[in-house]
Amino acid sequence: MDDAPFALRAVGLTKRYGSGETGLLAVDHIDFEVGHGEVFGFLGPNGAGKTTTIRMLTGLARPTGGSVSILGLDLARDLPRIKKQIGVVPENSNLYDELTAFDNLVFSMQLYGVPRRARAGRAEDLLARFRLREKRDVRFGRLSRGMRRALTIATALAHHPSLVFLDEPTTGLDVVSARSLRQMVAALRDQGVTVFLTTHYLEEAERLCDRIALMVGGRIVALDTVDGLKARSQGAAAIEITLESKDRRGVPEVRRLVGADLESLIAQAMSDARTEGRRVLALDTIRPNLEDVFVQLTGLNADVMRSEKSGQAK
Amino acid sequence: MLSDDLRCAYAVLIKDLRAYYLKPPNISWGILFPLAFLLAFTLRTPTNPDQLVPGLLALALLFGTTSMEAIVITFERRIGALERLLLAPMRLTALLVGKLLGGMVFGLIVTVVTLGIAAVAFGLGAVRVGLLVATLVLSASAFAALGVLVSVAVKEVFEAQTLANAFRFPMMFLGGAFVPVAALPTGLRIVARLMPLTYSVEALSVALNNGPLDRALLDLAVLAAFTIVFFVFSVRALARQTA
Repeated sequence: MDDAPFALRAVGLTKRYGSGETGLLAVDHIDFEVGHGEVFGFLGPNGAGKTTTIRMLTGLARPTGGSVSILGLDLARDLPRIKKQIGVVPENSNLYDELTAFDNLVFSMQLYGVPRRARAGRAEDLLARFRLREKRDVRFGRLSRGMRRALTIATALAHHPSLVFLDEPTTGLDVVSARSLRQMVAALRDQGVTVFLTTHYLEEAERLCDRIALMVGGRIVALDTVDGLKARSQGAAAIEITLESKDRRGVPEVRRLVGADLESLIAQAMSDARTEGRRVLALDTIRPNLEDVFVQLTGLNADVMRSEKSGQAK
Repeated sequence: MLSDDLRCAYAVLIKDLRAYYLKPPNISWGILFPLAFLLAFTLRTPTNPDQLVPGLLALALLFGTTSMEAIVITFERRIGALERLLLAPMRLTALLVGKLLGGMVFGLIVTVVTLGIAAVAFGLGAVRVGLLVATLVLSASAFAALGVLVSVAVKEVFEAQTLANAFRFPMMFLGGAFVPVAALPTGLRIVARLMPLTYSVEALSVALNNGPLDRALLDLAVLAAFTIVFFVFSVRALARQTA
């Protein structure tokens, strides 16, 4: 670990595509810091600017403005040195179909300058750690989706990076694989590795992250610990109302409503039910969770996030 | 920094050879293609081997270097694997050197096999070995750099093939492989002078027929210049795409 106070610090980070009125401001002067050994969550719906931000932080896109310091090095000046110390897991598993699991790991280590004598042993260790030992000589293209994801993450860790960027690591994974990968992220934190995690899944962020930044429309609208974000809703009221199914045979519909005043919420919920001609089966007051905070701060429905990706496992 | 670049370029080369180039279908295609040319020429109009072999070798090099190479980068971009290389601790130059070397090695393998077949079929006279090796290497580098430029300029695999053919086929007919450049009309002779294949055929002809060195040395210089120009444009194009 280096002497810099933060593993990552972005000041006024901006990305604009095109110019003039037709230009798109994808990332709008964002500021944040990530501490050493922290799991930092970056949340937001599609088009929020998460991927653009991660592309700038990893050198794949050039910022239009602002500055970034990673592990004490300036991104604009020291990109090659920074690249040696970071690992990146992109949203899509992008190893080489024609190479085996073992060869993909070794190739990555070659790129990152891992000494030749250490490569084979380290590759075997990673295969064991990610439960891929039996797939050692299987080509990447023939692995299951979960295994490909696991191997992509293993490859990003093969050169022992101090900071790992995980872009939507559990998207599209089955239950077991997603849980396994979450355990892996927790293990990285225990080893002192800093993790920068982008995700659509509020539950995942709540479970894994020390702090979370909510990004909407290219801006960070909130940045705090999970408890800190929840505390922002402490004064708010939340209810959960269960309505009978529209066709009287299907599954009842459960809605959550969050607002400043409990009586108004209940009145609104009952009014909506009457308007729709549906019977109320249950109505409970609940404690606001991260999802409610997200809804309050972004003005978006949390379903927007859920519906953008499919196959998420709890 | 330089050692990182060299290590990464070498790693990219070896990976590309294993993952793409040295697959049996590619090797057999790479050898069958010039062999088919050889048969087509000798069967239809039995030609003087002194004229045929330089053109045949240059075509083997041109198609050997560019056929797979133009696809590899585009394919890797499509599946996201190129991004993995862009994230690695190397400069764009090193990445593209690795890619270029892959095309060169494959093209040279195909050409050496073609040379062997031609030697058996026709026999070779007094060959300037040094000049032959230099011409093969510089021709391969110029063609491979053209392949890299084509592949970074497009987004889809089929576009790469189309664009590569837009360069290759005019060169095939105007570059002196079939018809001597001197026999072309004036306008086409000027066009031929803009094509690296022309210089490759000329230098190979000197090397295989023990011709005058001064002309061949100029050809080599032009091939080196083509390599540099194509490569610089390739690096710039890729840099623009990652801006």
